[in-house]
Amino acid sequence: MFTFENILDLPLIWGGLIATAVLLYVLLDGFDLGVGILFPFAPSDKCRDRMMNSVAPFWDGNETWLVLGGGGLFAAFPLAYAIVMPAMYIPVIAMLLCLIFRGVAFEFRFKAETSRYIWDHAFHFGSLGAAFCQGLILGGIVQGIEVQGRSFAGGAFDWLTGFSVMCGLGVVAGYILLGATWLIWKTEDVTQDWARKAAQYILIFVAFFMGIVSLWVPFLDNDLHMRWLSQPNIYYLSALPALTTLVFVLTWRSLRNPVKEAQPFVYSLGLFLLGYIGLAISLWPWIVPYQVTLWDGAAAGTSLSLMLIGAAIMLPIILGYTAFCYYTFRGKSSHEHIY
Amino acid sequence: MFITDLDPVLLARIQFAFTVSFHIVFPAFTIGLASWLAVVEGLWLKTGNNTYKDIYKFWVKIFAVCFGMGVVSGVVMSYQFGTNWSVFSDQAGNVIGPLLAYEVLTAFFLEASFLGIMLFGWGRVSKGMHFASTIIVAIGTLFSAFWILSANSWMQTPQGFEIGADGLLYPTNWIEIIFNPSFPYRFFHMVTAAYLTTAFVVGGVGSWYLWRGEYMRHARIMVGMAMIMAVFVAPAQLLIGHAHGENTLHYQPVKVAAMEGNWERGGNKPLYLFGWPNMETETTDYGITIPDGASWVLTGKADGEIPGLKDVPPEDRPPVAIVFWSFRIMVGLGMAMILTGVFAIVLYATKRLYDSRPFQLWCMAMTPSGFIALLAGWFVTEVGRQPYTAYGVIRTSESVSPVLGEHVALSLLAFIVVYTALFGAATYYIIKLIRKGPAIIDEGETYYGHSMEASATKKGNE
Repeated sequence: MFTFENILDLPLIWGGLIATAVLLYVLLDGFDLGVGILFPFAPSDKCRDRMMNSVAPFWDGNETWLVLGGGGLFAAFPLAYAIVMPAMYIPVIAMLLCLIFRGVAFEFRFKAETSRYIWDHAFHFGSLGAAFCQGLILGGIVQGIEVQGRSFAGGAFDWLTGFSVMCGLGVVAGYILLGATWLIWKTEDVTQDWARKAAQYILIFVAFFMGIVSLWVPFLDNDLHMRWLSQPNIYYLSALPALTTLVFVLTWRSLRNPVKEAQPFVYSLGLFLLGYIGLAISLWPWIVPYQVTLWDGAAAGTSLSLMLIGAAIMLPIILGYTAFCYYTFRGKSSHEHIY
Repeated sequence: MFITDLDPVLLARIQFAFTVSFHIVFPAFTIGLASWLAVVEGLWLKTGNNTYKDIYKFWVKIFAVCFGMGVVSGVVMSYQFGTNWSVFSDQAGNVIGPLLAYEVLTAFFLEASFLGIMLFGWGRVSKGMHFASTIIVAIGTLFSAFWILSANSWMQTPQGFEIGADGLLYPTNWIEIIFNPSFPYRFFHMVTAAYLTTAFVVGGVGSWYLWRGEYMRHARIMVGMAMIMAVFVAPAQLLIGHAHGENTLHYQPVKVAAMEGNWERGGNKPLYLFGWPNMETETTDYGITIPDGASWVLTGKADGEIPGLKDVPPEDRPPVAIVFWSFRIMVGLGMAMILTGVFAIVLYATKRLYDSRPFQLWCMAMTPSGFIALLAGWFVTEVGRQPYTAYGVIRTSESVSPVLGEHVALSLLAFIVVYTALFGAATYYIIKLIRKGPAIIDEGETYYGHSMEASATKKGNE
């Protein structure tokens, strides 16, 4: 049986691929979940229609990255999947139920007449709940999971801590920022003006929660403390918060400048990317934090090799046609119906 | 509390069975519908007959609802392996994980991305590109079926692996794993079932329009195309299913014994048309039988030997009654489908295919037949695999996650409530779409009120 084990560090490559899939999920579904969270606060029904139209062709593809994240974790790191899913049982199930509600809202809302308000609520609360649960899961993973042998050995509510709640609120705020800046880019007039205001407002919250979580992480665990705050690490790593502060300033300035339409979204993506890099530095080299490393949790070399062939061929193709779809539906989601 | 007394393994099984049964209904329908829509759009481009375009634009709305339901319930499935069957996931992940990863990589993204163009791309891309998108979505659904059925079939007839010193499964031959013995049969059986399911829904809806005397041009095409499937594909499905059964006889004899309600191995075994398998007394009671029938069907000889449930100890037997009865429901509905084809031939020959009122009623009654037969078939094969998750290799009782029974029970309850509500809503909106009929799209070529104008007008009218 063929294997690339001897020439490639397969667990490392797959760790990178899964991390990329999750990042793409967060960035892409992040903006459409954010649009959902903002939904009821829009100034008019017309705005809401336009908001929904701006994400309708994309949400399905965006959510597929979550399937790749889950399916990929199962395939590449079965042990991690088998530990993390039972540990996060409640928030994972709650997230899935929320995603169901907001997903069907896309189809049902436009077919409903008298019951439309139900699906407006489903879209809003589903998006909000899914974002919050994703933050809880993130927090629950970062703070560490109790493991015995090859199984989760902690309690059913281990994930629920002050830290994970902060992460949950942070993710909600972050997704709102992505959603609002997406709307600045994809809409005009009233909707755009409103989105610009909303984005400025939420940017302050994002800075607040990102700051709290970033300051909290080094005190979660002794190793994390050493990693971030010992010398000489602190000198190199302080570049990250410095850069993040710079991007915050740039985001703020672009939000204040009515000529800038795409920049706020791009800068928001940058903020997420920087936060993600911070997480990656904290979690390295664990796949189940502080218990199982990438190499201990990885699937057999033959399995990873077979999948690597598929990923090497398919991922560029997927990225290609995803770009094609975004290109097809470029421009403003405006009064003129786009279909 | 009473739920603490419930067996966590049973709860996990019920939850998985419920979510996967709910899920499979939608992909099964969209596999068939995507291929059919590709044919309809192709016919429109070839003939220029706008009736095909109307049909396409009408059914694509129903397709969108069902596809959305399939996506959201499918996301759940990709996490339930871990939440419910974490030990199985850990043990078999090396073998089965890559198959699922290939499904995501080759199918899910393809479907999700081009669905956007299929639904919203009118006027944004050329007709040719739109047609290509429909074909790509249809191919995506078949890719998806390929990988998931390969993974499922491996769990039925596992091979191409070895068990390591650590108790985990390690792949030794990918071709043997992907093309495991039951896979080709299950793949063709399932895809054919999906096509038939769609055909009977389309035929049922068309018949309803004929019955009401509405959209006659459209309805004739729907009914006509559906009947072509009933005439040619329904009998083919019988042959494919039979071949699948012979494959099961070879690799999973106990499952076949359960399907037949047969306890003692031997020849001259009767075919039960009706009966009540009793696992306590190890007999099938109240039988109405065709003498030597089971032997004849399975081996081609009246005295052919067929396996019995007593070949294995009681703890290795599946729940017999569910398998036995699901099998009869599936076969019965399959026969009704073939009969529909026969009626259609007779009516076509006497030029009454589109006029016979009783036949229209019959077709309307047959609308859900594909869904029921499909679910019954899955019950046969999945319950028949018990008490194993990977047949003969990993037991279900040893696959379950270390999660408390209460939490499984609560989440099961949540799934039941949510799915029932959603299923109700989806059914309601689909029926609403069907009531409106294909004519709705003549109103300024809007995409089901998806546009600003449509909702503005609606508001104005209210």
